[in-house]
Amino acid sequence: MERNFEVNVNGDTRKVNTDQDRSLLEVLREELGLTGTKYGCGEGECGACTVLLDGEPIRSCTTAISEVDGQSITTIEGLSANGALHPVQQAFIEKRAMQCGYCVPGQILSAVALLAETPHPSREEIIEGMDGNLCRCCNYPNILAAVEHAVELNREARR
Amino acid sequence: MTHDRITAEPIEDDRHELLNGPLYHFSPNRREFAAMVGAGIVVSVAVGRTTAGEFSNAPLQQQSRPTDLSDRIHIGENGVVTVLTGKVEVGQDARTQISQAAAEELGLTLDRIQIVMGDTELCPNDGGTFGSLTTPRTIPQIRAAAAVARKVLIELAATKIGAEPNLLQVADNQISLPGTDQSVSIGELAKDKNIEEHFSVNVDPGVHVQRVDQWQIMGTSPHKVGGEDVVTGTKKFPSDIVLPDMLYGKILRPPVFGAQLQSVDLDASKSIPGAVAVRDEQFVGCVAKSTFDATNAVRALAKTAQWDQPNADTQVSDKNIYDYLKRHARPADSGRRRGGRSRGGTTARGSIEQGLAAASDTLEAKFEIAYIQHAPMEPRAAVAQWNDDKITVWTGTQNPVRVRGELMQAFRLPADKVRVIVPDTGGGFGGKHTGEVALEAARLAKQVGQPVSVCWTREEEFQWAYFRPAGLIEVKAGWDAAEKITAWQFTNYHSGGSSIGTPYEIPNVQCQAIRCDGPLRTGSYRALAATANNFARECFMDELASARGADSLEFRLEYLPASRLRNVLEIAARRFGWAERQKSLKPGQGIGLACGTEKASYVAACVAVEVDASNGKVTVHEVCQAFECGAVQNPTNLRAQIEGCLIMGLGGALTEEIHFGGGKILNGAFAKYLVPRMSDVPKLDTILVNRPELDSVGAGETPIIAIAPAIANAVYRATGVRVRSMPVRRDQLVKS
Repeated sequence: MERNFEVNVNGDTRKVNTDQDRSLLEVLREELGLTGTKYGCGEGECGACTVLLDGEPIRSCTTAISEVDGQSITTIEGLSANGALHPVQQAFIEKRAMQCGYCVPGQILSAVALLAETPHPSREEIIEGMDGNLCRCCNYPNILAAVEHAVELNREARR
Repeated sequence: MTHDRITAEPIEDDRHELLNGPLYHFSPNRREFAAMVGAGIVVSVAVGRTTAGEFSNAPLQQQSRPTDLSDRIHIGENGVVTVLTGKVEVGQDARTQISQAAAEELGLTLDRIQIVMGDTELCPNDGGTFGSLTTPRTIPQIRAAAAVARKVLIELAATKIGAEPNLLQVADNQISLPGTDQSVSIGELAKDKNIEEHFSVNVDPGVHVQRVDQWQIMGTSPHKVGGEDVVTGTKKFPSDIVLPDMLYGKILRPPVFGAQLQSVDLDASKSIPGAVAVRDEQFVGCVAKSTFDATNAVRALAKTAQWDQPNADTQVSDKNIYDYLKRHARPADSGRRRGGRSRGGTTARGSIEQGLAAASDTLEAKFEIAYIQHAPMEPRAAVAQWNDDKITVWTGTQNPVRVRGELMQAFRLPADKVRVIVPDTGGGFGGKHTGEVALEAARLAKQVGQPVSVCWTREEEFQWAYFRPAGLIEVKAGWDAAEKITAWQFTNYHSGGSSIGTPYEIPNVQCQAIRCDGPLRTGSYRALAATANNFARECFMDELASARGADSLEFRLEYLPASRLRNVLEIAARRFGWAERQKSLKPGQGIGLACGTEKASYVAACVAVEVDASNGKVTVHEVCQAFECGAVQNPTNLRAQIEGCLIMGLGGALTEEIHFGGGKILNGAFAKYLVPRMSDVPKLDTILVNRPELDSVGAGETPIIAIAPAIANAVYRATGVRVRSMPVRRDQLVKS
C-alpha cells in the first residue's frame, strides 16, 4: 500500500510517497538518489547496505520504509562534514582498505557505529564489530588496520 | 582509430563460459529479417541457436593490438594526460597501477594522469581482464606508449624553446632547459594545433623504458586512485548508474535448471500500475518505475507460467556429482598429447607405462572438488539505452569486447552500433566474463524505448551465474627400490587443465584433463583449475612423503631443482620455522605446507591449524605465505592481492560448497553459503619476494592455490585423517 513517509536523511527532511513494504535501501537508492548505500544480499547477512538509524547501524535491505518513518538516517553521503572527510573515511584511504570498494560504505558506517559505542576497542572488539560486513575481495587485514588507525585519528582530533 | 592487427586470443579450455554463445536468442522482427536475408548475414541467427561446444568463439574474441600512439594517449590543454585501455577495474587496482606506469614513463606526477577504461568505443581492445594478463601484457604496452609520448612532447618542447631535445628535462610537470628559466608545460604543448598529428606515430614496443632501479612512481604504493569517491559513496558502480527516464527491470526465471517456458499470461503484470511485460522466445521480463514494482510484476507473471522440463536431470546432486562426472566424461582426445604440453592441459613426459612397470610399490588417491560460486559483492548489473538503432550498455563485466559481441549477435547489429562501457565494478574473480545482464537490460530497454537498469539479486547470482566447475581428480604414483618416484599419473575430470603438470622432477609423467558434461553451467574462477590441481598434487605429495617416512619439506626439495618455486618454498619454510615447530605441536594441532606455480608466478604457504575433535571444526591460526611475481610494481596492492587470494581460498578450503539437487541450488544465500569473514582471518605473515631483475607478472590468481593443500596437510598432522576434498568434510574429523 502506498502512503507518505517523512524521513530525515543526512540532516534533510525527505518526503516519499511509496509502498510501505518497500525497503529503505531501495528508497534511498531509487527515490532519493543516494546510491552510496549498496545492495549485497537482501538478507541482512553482508552489511553492504548498512546505514545509521539515530546512530545505530541497521541493515537497510531488510528494513521497510514504514519502520523508519519520522526517524533520522545517516548514509555514507552524509558522513563528511563541510567537505572534510570523517576520520574513518580518511583511515580507509590511508590504509588502502578498499579493493573494488563496493563494500566500503557499509564497512565505514559499521566502523563509525562501533567507535561511537566503543572509542578504544580492542582488536577482538573490532573484529566482533566488523564481522557482519563481508568483503569478497577479502581485504580484511587492511580494513582492520583502517579501523585501528581511525581510533588514532579520532584521538588526535579530540586533542 | 585504426586497429590494424587482428589476432585471436587463445582460450584455455578451463574457461568453459567463453566457449558458449550468448545466453539468449531473441527473434528477429520482420523488417530485420528482410534486411538480414538481403545482406546475406542470416547465418548469424543460426549461430545463435547452436549449443555450447559447437559455437565458434572467434567473433566474440576479436583482438586488436593498437600500435598508434593516438589510440592510447591524449594530452589535454589542462595538462592532464588521458590514457586509454580496454582493461577494466574490478578491485585488482589496475587503474592505479596503469596510472603509475604512465606517470613513470611520461615523467609526470600521478595527479596528471587520467585513465579511461573498458569503453569499447573509446578504448583500444586490450583483451579481457582475466588470466593475470594486465601486468605482463598491458602494462608494458602502456609504458611503451607513454615513453614514446614523452619523446614526442620533448621534441615539441625543444622546437618551442629552441634547444636540443636531449638537453631538456621533464620535472614538476614541465619540460625545461636546465640552468635557464626556459620551460614549457604539458598543457601548453597540447595547445599546438597539430598535436593529434604529432601523436599519430607508431608505438615502437622496443622503446627505452625506465629501468627498475630508476623507478620513482612504479614500485611505490600511492593511495588508490579514486579512493575518495569510494569512501564518500560517490563512486558510481554499474548498479549505481541512473539515466534520465530510466526504468527498472526484472527477469522471470525458470523454477529449475533446464525448464522451458510453455506459456505465460503477460496481462498478469497489469496488476502493477505502469508495469510492462515482455516475452521474446524464452526470455520474459518486466519493466516498471521501481525495482519493487518490477519484482512484483514478475511475481504476478510467475503464477501464470507453465514450464516444461524435457532435459532437466533432477537426479544429480552434490551428493552423487563425482560419479556423475566420471560417467559423463567425453572421450579423451589422443591428439592432444603431442609435444608435451598442449592447450588441452595435458602433459606427458617419459612413459607412464614404463614408469609404473618400474615401480616396486604404488599409491593412489581420489580428490573431490566442489562447485562454488564467486559471489562478488556487487551482483551482475547493467543499464541499457537505445538511441535509434544504436545501443549503449553500462555493465559490470571483465570482458567488454566479448559482451559487445554478445549484443551484436543477440540483436544482429554491426560493431559500430553497440557500445559497452564498464564503470569500475564491484568484484569479478573470473565470474563476470559474460553478458547475460547486458542482454536482459538491452532487450527490456528496446521494448519500452527508455533506459532500463537490471540488477541481479543475490539469489539470482547463486542460481544463475556460472559456477566454478566441480572436479574429480585421480592420482597414482609409483616408486622403485631406491625409493625414487618413477611414475606420476594425474587425471582431472571436469575442472580443467590449468597447472595440471607437476613441477617436481619425475621421469615418467602423464597428466590429463578430461572434459565432462556436468549438470551446472560452469566457467572461469580466479586461478581456474590450478586451485583444484594444485590441491590434489600437493596433498598427494604429502601422502607420498608419509609413505616414505619423509618430512614434507625435505621430500619436496628432493624433487625440486633450483628454481623460483624452490626459492619461495624455502623462504616460507624458513620464516615459518618449519623444522622447529614440528616439535612443539599439541594434540589437535598440526602444521602443513604446500607450494605451486601458475601464470609464471610462484607461491608457497605454511600453516598452523587446530581441529576441534568434538565437531570437526578446523581453525587456521597462522599462515606464512611467500609469493614471487618478478619486479614488484606496487607493494601495498600486491600484498592486498596475495592476502585477498589467500583469505578467499580459505572459503574454498573450509566452507564453500554449492549444494544442489532437483535442478535447484539449495544454499543460495550468504546465511547458508559461508564465505570468509574478518573473524576467519588467521595471523598472516606475507612475504613479497621482490625480483627486480625479472619481468613483472600478475598476482591476482596464483596466491590462491597453495592455501587449501597446506591446510589439508596440516589437518592430517592434527588428526591423522587425510583431507581429500575441497571443502574439507568436517564430519570425517569428528572423534566420538
